[in-house]
Amino acid sequence: MGKLFEDFSLGLFFWQAVLFIALILLLKKFAWKPILDSVNDREEGIKNALDSAEKAKLEMENLQADNQKLLKEARAERETMLKEAREIKNKMIEDAKGEAQEQANKMITQAQAAIESEKKAAMTELKNHVAGLSLEIAEKVVRTELSNKDKQLQLVETMLDEKSLN
Amino acid sequence: MRRKISLKPITLLLLLLTFVSYGKEQEGHGEKETEKTAKEAVNEYIQHHLKDSYDFGLFSYTTDEGKEKHVGFPLPVILWDNGLKVFSSSKFHHGETVAEVDGSFYKNHHGKIYKVDGPNGEIIEDDHHHATNEKPLDFSITKNVFLIILVFVIMFFMFSKMAKSYKKNNGMPKGMGRFLEPIVLYVRDEIAIPNIGEKHYKRYMSYLLTVFFFVWIVNLFGLVPIGMNVTNNIAVTLCLALITYVITTFSGNKNYWKHIFWMPGVPVPMKIILAPIELLGTIIKPFALMIRLYANITAGHVVLMSIIGLAFLAKNWLGTPLSLFLGFVLAILELLVAALQAYIFTVLSALYFGMAVEEHEHH
Repeated sequence: MGKLFEDFSLGLFFWQAVLFIALILLLKKFAWKPILDSVNDREEGIKNALDSAEKAKLEMENLQADNQKLLKEARAERETMLKEAREIKNKMIEDAKGEAQEQANKMITQAQAAIESEKKAAMTELKNHVAGLSLEIAEKVVRTELSNKDKQLQLVETMLDEKSLN
Repeated sequence: MRRKISLKPITLLLLLLTFVSYGKEQEGHGEKETEKTAKEAVNEYIQHHLKDSYDFGLFSYTTDEGKEKHVGFPLPVILWDNGLKVFSSSKFHHGETVAEVDGSFYKNHHGKIYKVDGPNGEIIEDDHHHATNEKPLDFSITKNVFLIILVFVIMFFMFSKMAKSYKKNNGMPKGMGRFLEPIVLYVRDEIAIPNIGEKHYKRYMSYLLTVFFFVWIVNLFGLVPIGMNVTNNIAVTLCLALITYVITTFSGNKNYWKHIFWMPGVPVPMKIILAPIELLGTIIKPFALMIRLYANITAGHVVLMSIIGLAFLAKNWLGTPLSLFLGFVLAILELLVAALQAYIFTVLSALYFGMAVEEHEHH
């Protein structure tokens, strides 16, 4: 211990103290502060960059999900539209068919009615004509028959026979 | 890749060494040298190596004519003895002669400067071989101060260049900064933040980083064989520990002082007993810091040099290579110790700062 104190050099202590404190102050201003600041800035920059990358990734994912959703919606909409169109088409065809049937039926009915009335008219005319003809014939027949007495009698008899036979 | 010529620390060092090295011959003490055994010579060399000196000696050798030759360069001696006295240490002639400056005479005796009476003045020693001569206030740029200045310049250039490279390179380090940045971040993330806490650590970063790199670089210089041992001077480690102590004391919050003077949660008599112990503890902590760094580095050097010294003592075919091999292994270990001691000093400083600013919600 005595040797320690003996070896102690005040001059060396003085110079060490002066130079070392000067070194701390100088390096603080010209080295440590700029170095640590730069390192800090860089670390912060890296952290921010990573954060924003993460954020961008999330946004991207959201966007993709949105796109998927939109696509799905569009597909569903198309589907419904097609379905509706098909329904409308079917309905229109159905309607058209129904109307045509009705029209046809109506026309047929009308035609039948017209035919019926024509037929009736024709029958009436035919009856009238036949009646007229029959009268004429009957008149002629009667005239010839009645001109002869025997024949008149004969006729009565035939007629009676026919009656009795019936 | 083109390389620019720039002031790299190594080139700076080499430049300095080649520029100012000087050789100086002097009379060897022939009869004295032969008396010394090799063991004593090695012992003396180790002692000398561990000491600070007034000139920057790179190496010394004995010429064929028995003359001792020192290669190195002198450093300025600055004394305060009734006025400022500045002169070159070459005046001492490696402790052999008395230096005369403005009518006063000084002699370098075992690495310390004493005032003597005249050109042939002698050091008067007491019974314990302590010199009794007057000692002037000594602010010389010794070898260790020179190295501190060198490390100061190296660190300043290194880290201000690194800081500039961030600005030029869009927030990324370049060149040396690529290597230094992980270490700076290590000090921040593994030393400062865990020990001090996220909230307060920023205030102490400048000191922690400076002390870490300073101790590390200085320790590494200590391993260079030309013998510059800054951290095995108690004055240097005392200065570092003192700064830690001052910062701790001044950043102590109410809680810190309360835990020292009036420990919560213990009975009153215990509080009274604990107060002086805790108060002493605040001084012991930096004191341990000082001794730890000093002792580790000194011990490392002594052991390393002793083992290398064995190579000269062991005069057989096995001993010399073995001791050199051991020396090599130990030198590698010392390389680790250099970083480890810097780390420990920084961690403990951070720990003490952490204690000072700690906030207790409970109790």
